Amino acid sequence: MKEYWQEIRALTMRWVRRLSREKFSMLFTLVQPMLFWLIFFGNLFQRAADMQVTQAASYISFLTAGVVIMTVLNNGLAGGVDLLFDKENGFLERLMSTPIHRSSVILSRFIFVMTITSLQVLVILAVAWLFGVQPVTGFPGVAAILFIGMMFGVGLTAISMAMAFSVKSHGDFFSVLGFLSLPMIFLSSALVPLTAMPGWMGFLAQFNPMTWAIDAVRPLILQGWTEALPHVGMVIVVMVLFDALCLYGGARVFRRAIG
Amino acid sequence: MSRAVAIEVSHLGKVYDKVRAVDDVSFQVYAGEIFGLLGPNGAGKSTILRILITLLHPTSGSARIFGLDSVKDADRVRKTIGYVPQERAIDRFLTGREHLELLADLHHLSAEEASTRIPQLLKLVELEAQADRPAKTYSGGMKRKLDIACGLLPDPKVLFLDEPTLGLDVPSRLRIWDHVRAMRDRGITVVMTTNYLDEADQLCDRIAIIDGGRIKTLGSPTELKVGVGGDLVSLTVREHDRVDTLASAVNILPAVRAVKTRPNGLDIRVDSPEKALPAILEAANRLTCQLEFIDYHRPRLDDVFIAQTGRSIKDDQPKDDDQ
Repeated sequence: MKEYWQEIRALTMRWVRRLSREKFSMLFTLVQPMLFWLIFFGNLFQRAADMQVTQAASYISFLTAGVVIMTVLNNGLAGGVDLLFDKENGFLERLMSTPIHRSSVILSRFIFVMTITSLQVLVILAVAWLFGVQPVTGFPGVAAILFIGMMFGVGLTAISMAMAFSVKSHGDFFSVLGFLSLPMIFLSSALVPLTAMPGWMGFLAQFNPMTWAIDAVRPLILQGWTEALPHVGMVIVVMVLFDALCLYGGARVFRRAIG
Repeated sequence: MSRAVAIEVSHLGKVYDKVRAVDDVSFQVYAGEIFGLLGPNGAGKSTILRILITLLHPTSGSARIFGLDSVKDADRVRKTIGYVPQERAIDRFLTGREHLELLADLHHLSAEEASTRIPQLLKLVELEAQADRPAKTYSGGMKRKLDIACGLLPDPKVLFLDEPTLGLDVPSRLRIWDHVRAMRDRGITVVMTTNYLDEADQLCDRIAIIDGGRIKTLGSPTELKVGVGGDLVSLTVREHDRVDTLASAVNILPAVRAVKTRPNGLDIRVDSPEKALPAILEAANRLTCQLEFIDYHRPRLDDVFIAQTGRSIKDDQPKDDDQ
């Protein structure tokens, strides 16, 4: 157990060091494009969005929950990229020829991606706060938001890592990534509530786990615990299923790739 | 031979997508030697190496490292070996020291062990001055030295090197060779792949020539070269019609093993050039057969390779995916 922890800590520190060496990439990790969605999209659609439909004081306050979960989505789906590079340049082989638990590499990645994602979510919430969006559930609510984000993130990162291990080249990886992320966003309640969507889009969006996560985060920001709790309970059930499925599939791919 | 066996490979086979990358390969590596797997790209040598370091499971047969099975005892094998992958397997953003610190943790060294061994290794491979610079600033030779330090960190009984001098300039290559020899002198068994004939010739104690997933021949460089036939003397005769006369005169000389005629001269295999050369020249003189050109060379590993595979190792276009 002590050895296991030693491996995971060393591997996690490597991800942190890599990030800290790339000053630009660190800056852009914190000041991420997702902020532009919040700031520009949120303010741009202020008057175009019907408050009767969004049921929120402002469009930006409606959008905050969506941007939080979009951040989780982007980070999660990109979570396998570094492993992909390690696989391609042979560093992964070097790691795998040492007597480590096979799962340490994967776990270190989860820890790193979840930590970075949580920091980014906090930045999003802080910027939203500057635009007058205050989560009505306070700090416990923020903690709940982070928890929901992590539950969703674990499954996404598992998908991403499984993809990293199974694609032939990183070109394939990034095209799949680009192809997945926009429909995931538009076919969810991130930008518009399901009730305001064209029927077929609303129908598809119900099957998107992202919708469930957003629908739990949004009342935590806008309404309060009483309205949020049923959604939070529901999203935990959905995410447990989602994560179990992703981890099961991911573990199979991983075992085939690394043995 | 009663030498201790470090690695025992028996009837090893590996099939990828119906392609037989390794086909019924058996050999032994003795403890304390430098053993080379020589072959062109795609010959199967890297596949064999990857099976030995537990990263690939064989389709058939088995490999044992100090008695430990590469599949069943994979975790214990990994504690016994060090691995030096090809040059690119370096994290550009980490410093040399951080590479070693990472690997120290992955090999479960204690903080004290790591803090004594890491400076020692940096000193050994002459990287002390650059230890705290990110690896992206390193030259090819420095990266290679860092690789070797990483491979030596767990204090392995067997060290595996994958193409240790691929793409290096001449001085760096010679340095790396010195390091590899120094490891053998410390009692470490070294197994390496290479597609450089001179490297196999000068560095390895024994070589297996691999082509098409099979071992074509195996032995020390000297044994292999002797196996091709003795040293070669080539004569070019001024008057081409005298070739046959000279051939029959040379053929009966005691030090001559075989004579082959060319349109303008002879290729003569000899046992000992010291005895054969004067005798050949005397025979030519006696027949007043004027010689235009004499060339003498010892058999090279290249000759062995051509004799075993029917082509030169240089005929192969380098490929990226060497399986």
